Amino acid sequence: MNILSRFDYSFDFLGKRKLATIASGILILISLASIGIKGLSFGIDFTGGTLVEVSYNIPVELEGIRTLLHSNKFEDAVVQNFGTTTDVLIRLGVYENMKNDQLSSTILALLQQQDPDVEMRRVEFVGPKVGGELVEKGGMAILLTLFGILIYVTLRFEYRFAFGSIAALIHDTIITVGFFSILGLEFDLTVLAAVLAVIGYSLNDTIVVFDRIRDNFLKMRKQSSDQIVNKSINQILGRTVMTSVTTLLVLVVLFFAGGELIHNFAVALIVGVVVGTYSSIYIASATALYLGISKADLMPIQKEGSTPVDDRP
Amino acid sequence: MNHYPLWKNLLIIFVIALCTLYALPNLFGEDPAVQISAGYARDTKMDENVKDKALAKLKAANIEYGKVELDETQLLIRFADTDVQLKAYSLLKDDMGADFVVAQNLAPATPSWLTAFGAKPMYLGLDLRGGVHFLMEVDMDEAIKQDEELLIGELKLVFRDKKLYNRGLLRMKGQGIKVLFRDVEYREKAKKLLSKDYPDLKVAEYGGVDEYGLQFSFTEVSLTKRRHDALQQNITTLRNRVNELGVAEPVIQQQGAERIIVQLPGIQDTARAKEILGATASLEFRLTEGDYQKWLDAENSGTKPSGSKLYHRRDGSPVLLKNSVIVSGNQITNANSSFDQNSGSPATHVTLNGKGGKRMLKVTTKNVGKPMAVVFIEYQMETKVINGQTIKSTKKKEEVVNIATIQEPFANNFQITGLGAKEATNLALILRAGALKAPMEIVEERTIGPSLGKENIAQGQLSIIIGFLAVMVFMVLRYKVFGLAANVALLMNVVILIALLSLLQATLTLPGMAGIVLTLGMAVDANVLIFERIREEMANNSSPQASIFAGYEKAFGTIADANITTLIASVMLLSFGTGPIKGFAVTLSLGIITSMFTSILVSRAIINLVYGNKSKMKLAI
Repeated sequence: MNILSRFDYSFDFLGKRKLATIASGILILISLASIGIKGLSFGIDFTGGTLVEVSYNIPVELEGIRTLLHSNKFEDAVVQNFGTTTDVLIRLGVYENMKNDQLSSTILALLQQQDPDVEMRRVEFVGPKVGGELVEKGGMAILLTLFGILIYVTLRFEYRFAFGSIAALIHDTIITVGFFSILGLEFDLTVLAAVLAVIGYSLNDTIVVFDRIRDNFLKMRKQSSDQIVNKSINQILGRTVMTSVTTLLVLVVLFFAGGELIHNFAVALIVGVVVGTYSSIYIASATALYLGISKADLMPIQKEGSTPVDDRP
Repeated sequence: MNHYPLWKNLLIIFVIALCTLYALPNLFGEDPAVQISAGYARDTKMDENVKDKALAKLKAANIEYGKVELDETQLLIRFADTDVQLKAYSLLKDDMGADFVVAQNLAPATPSWLTAFGAKPMYLGLDLRGGVHFLMEVDMDEAIKQDEELLIGELKLVFRDKKLYNRGLLRMKGQGIKVLFRDVEYREKAKKLLSKDYPDLKVAEYGGVDEYGLQFSFTEVSLTKRRHDALQQNITTLRNRVNELGVAEPVIQQQGAERIIVQLPGIQDTARAKEILGATASLEFRLTEGDYQKWLDAENSGTKPSGSKLYHRRDGSPVLLKNSVIVSGNQITNANSSFDQNSGSPATHVTLNGKGGKRMLKVTTKNVGKPMAVVFIEYQMETKVINGQTIKSTKKKEEVVNIATIQEPFANNFQITGLGAKEATNLALILRAGALKAPMEIVEERTIGPSLGKENIAQGQLSIIIGFLAVMVFMVLRYKVFGLAANVALLMNVVILIALLSLLQATLTLPGMAGIVLTLGMAVDANVLIFERIREEMANNSSPQASIFAGYEKAFGTIADANITTLIASVMLLSFGTGPIKGFAVTLSLGIITSMFTSILVSRAIINLVYGNKSKMKLAI
């Protein structure tokens, strides 16, 4: 704990900002390339389709279920274990010219014929139209969130900070989504919710750093912008690490104890929190500096006749 | 010195006490129970008689029951375990009769001193309690098509009445209705008539050489209203059908302009639920064609007189009906079984809406003494497995459920007699509930089995407890006494959050529980900010008291900014989210707000209590 008990760090964060920019650039490129080429394995929330989860008393041979389904006109049925060897997850795409809402009942009936002990755990069916709408709404939600933040940060701080925080958020979103693409993890509605939560978290981190930078611009008149930003990041480092650790702690707990259904949700948040912490240090401040943030931008506007206030103790 | 004025301390204690009170019901679990309520659209009163009747039946069958509660809407009988509950359920379901809905339920075991305050446990989402969620989409094109066909039927009569000779009315797909008149004078008259009596139509002329046509369709306002009405009627019908399923707390709700959410907690047999909900049925009143001999001939020869169609009654006997529909099911506003005032024999009393009544009057005036039939049309989905092959088909089932002779002209109110008592009740039920205005399709389904629901609750609770402990240990290691204060604040945060969720009766889902866990990790952030600031102040050689004061004061702006921006993101989630995601957004948003209260005010109150009065001391931070 000793390393955390300090607050007078003097790491030269910004001295490495070229390196960080290159590293982030590479990560973003890899993520975008993977999203572009490999794509995301969207869950049925977005693609539409049917998902049936069943459980058996004893571990079950997946091959038997596969053969049964494939020979019953469900050629595209994907059968896999879910969490345990007794749980089986079956996925189907959208079937043309068929009442899709009945597919799950048919599958359950087939499975019951094969083994009467099968227990229905979960059925999800999403019509293709609803799925399409969700993609649209999800994208819209992310855009609106970014826009809302842009406005708030511009009002409360300055537009360069606003662009800095948006740059960090886009950075985090792309890398988190890229992570899912590269590893081929399923991207469903809960993961989208997690990505939005990552935006909230990363922003929280960024704002705290900005707040300190603004404070220090007003206090430290003699140092350069670079020095002030670097000093601010160091001052706030204890808090940044501490909050990331507590958040990661609960997320790791969620990952291990939260069950199969929110596994990917936890993964997205863990990746997002790590990337978000990094980006609030490097990306957000660096972008604000690139855009030429300076003392003058943050000085309170002097009213005629009043004297400058120095509120240092 | 760091002191809170007495009122501030009292306020904090009051808020916490209040929230503890409202969070408490969540600790008491649930009792298996059977819920009896009045059937939909029935005049059954829930009173002592119902209670006595139900309890007498249970006593007679030697079934032991626990607490019994009766209010205006329902009778709730609790049982020791689910086995007894099941026994009682099957008994009461059979014996209470068709006027009641009997359903299995889990009733919160909240003690009465808590319910007296209006305290209730959190409302669990379907992913936690198990059950079915359907999102159904109404086929609005079909609804409008039906309205247009009805209008054509009506206008045919009107034009004939007024002798406005025309070459027939034609429904153009998506472009309204067209009609050609014999000459320009008829067209002018028709146009005047339409604009006077049918303000919800927009009418235009069309035609060429010697062609005098009118083309008309519903106005936008009218279309919107028709779609709205169609949705409402489908919702009403769904309520009725859900009734049949015997679900304790069903949710049937409009979503957007053409969708309906149906949530049925505790239902496992989704196939049956889908069948009952999805059956598209409608009703038509038609005149018969010819006599019984003619019907038999038509059946045997396979030929039918023009303008008529062969139907069958429930017993399989043939009936010939005229093609034009007098009134269809969506014009029925009510139907009840009662007794005929004159003869005392069972009857079904039917009420039509204004338009239906007018049309009925016109037709019956001309056809006194002739028989009129009620046709019940149902579209059923059939899934058959033949030779291992799954075969699906949609079947249109048309059945004549009743034929009655028109005794005298009637309009909005009339009764159908000559029925048995049970027949009269059933016919009323069919007339009242049968018709969906337009077919619906399930566009989303989420079903969670009971075991998975229980597992989800257990995993969610475990995550919250472990996450909570982990953060607490970490905070104490890092901030010692201050860490303890933050931990008390964190605990209060959870209590307040749960109290708010219980009070608002917001739906708690599995992602919602994940949201609580995430809030735990993020809520300490405000305290971390404050404590780090205090340390900084101390490093600048401020006195302990001044450091505490400055720490809380200076960190406030940062905390507010950071939380408001996070709140923007979670409110966006709230507006976009459906179902489970909404649960996550709700807990996250509420958690952010409550954490500001606890980590600033509550932790400060504790720190003040510990350190506030000392002038010389060392801060354990």
